[in-house]
Amino acid sequence: MKEYLQLFWAFMKVGALTFGGGYAMLPILQRDIVEHYKWATEEEVMDYYAMAQCLPGIIMVNTSTFIGQHRKGTLGGFVAGFASTVPSLVIITVIAMFLTRFAEYPVVQNAFAGIRACVVVLIINAVVKLWKSAIVDWKALVIVFLPVFALSAFTSVSPILLVVAAAVAGIVITLVSDRLKRGGEAK
Amino acid sequence: MTYAMLLLELFWEFLKIGVFAVGGGMATLPFLYDLGEKTAWYTSAQVLDMLAVSESTPGPIGINMATYVGYTVGGIPGAILATLGTILPGIILVIVLAKFLEKFRDNRYVNAAFYGLRPASTALIAAAGIGVLGESLFNLTLFEQTGNLADFFCAGPIVLAAVIWVMTNLIKKTKSWHPVVYIAASAVVGIVFKLGGA
Repeated sequence: MKEYLQLFWAFMKVGALTFGGGYAMLPILQRDIVEHYKWATEEEVMDYYAMAQCLPGIIMVNTSTFIGQHRKGTLGGFVAGFASTVPSLVIITVIAMFLTRFAEYPVVQNAFAGIRACVVVLIINAVVKLWKSAIVDWKALVIVFLPVFALSAFTSVSPILLVVAAAVAGIVITLVSDRLKRGGEAK
Repeated sequence: MTYAMLLLELFWEFLKIGVFAVGGGMATLPFLYDLGEKTAWYTSAQVLDMLAVSESTPGPIGINMATYVGYTVGGIPGAILATLGTILPGIILVIVLAKFLEKFRDNRYVNAAFYGLRPASTALIAAAGIGVLGESLFNLTLFEQTGNLADFFCAGPIVLAAVIWVMTNLIKKTKSWHPVVYIAASAVVGIVFKLGGA
């Protein structure tokens, strides 16, 4: 029971500290889930995040469910996924009840300009950390990272397509380098 | 229509959005516009207002939008049901996929696929980061209007970002602070120095 409560609390925090899209959850995941609780490795978090993009629904909830499932099975998945939505439920309901012009308050706009600048740096730091465990050789950099980055930053190609293509590329690269290695040994 | 029927219909509509919106919160937007037109539960102007709130509160935009629309249509039970509808299909699929992957963890094709997924995942996050960087530290629209290069840079947010970068990377003592400390402090700095220009 205690472990489920811990899952609930941890993913409620993830939900409360994700400002913007799903990518904004990464700094919190690294800090709390990978480094503090050690519920998943950096590599696992990347795998989950990539798969979460290709499934229907909300990326942050899907990623949280993956980690919860990994930790405590089916119920753990439900607990983590649902917990990540609780802060939104509470905050939005309160705003909808009392503060319908919330987004127009100067204080909110100024606070958010500050938060966005902070989130930028936190994401850059997160990417630098991920880099070390994701870009294991030059092939990962040249064949996967650079094209995906360029297409995602400068075109409107769907991320789903990019993720699927990257998985296929991973299989092809592995098969080809295995064959080359074997060929080398045969000589 | 009774209230119970309304809630049931709301849940059903959001369950459909949860199945068909692939690619995160922003992918739910077209569905939300359609739903408003079809049911007359809310107008598209209301969707825009709700989006503004959803973007300026914690939590992912997709969940914030589902909660807001659900509350507008059916009060607190509506908020809960709309959110559950949006997330349930994803949660169920994730659990099924995770169970499948557990069985094939040592399969070399699965591992080879992940070898490709990890750099792709990092690249997607980096690209999203560049997107936020452009929106929060630079102001292209103002620069295009005035032609004044100084208007292109948002000086306040840039200084704040630089200070946070130094504190999170170079200073031993502050490096270990939890992200929430930086987020909260940045909100305060934003308010005190009017970083949003409001």
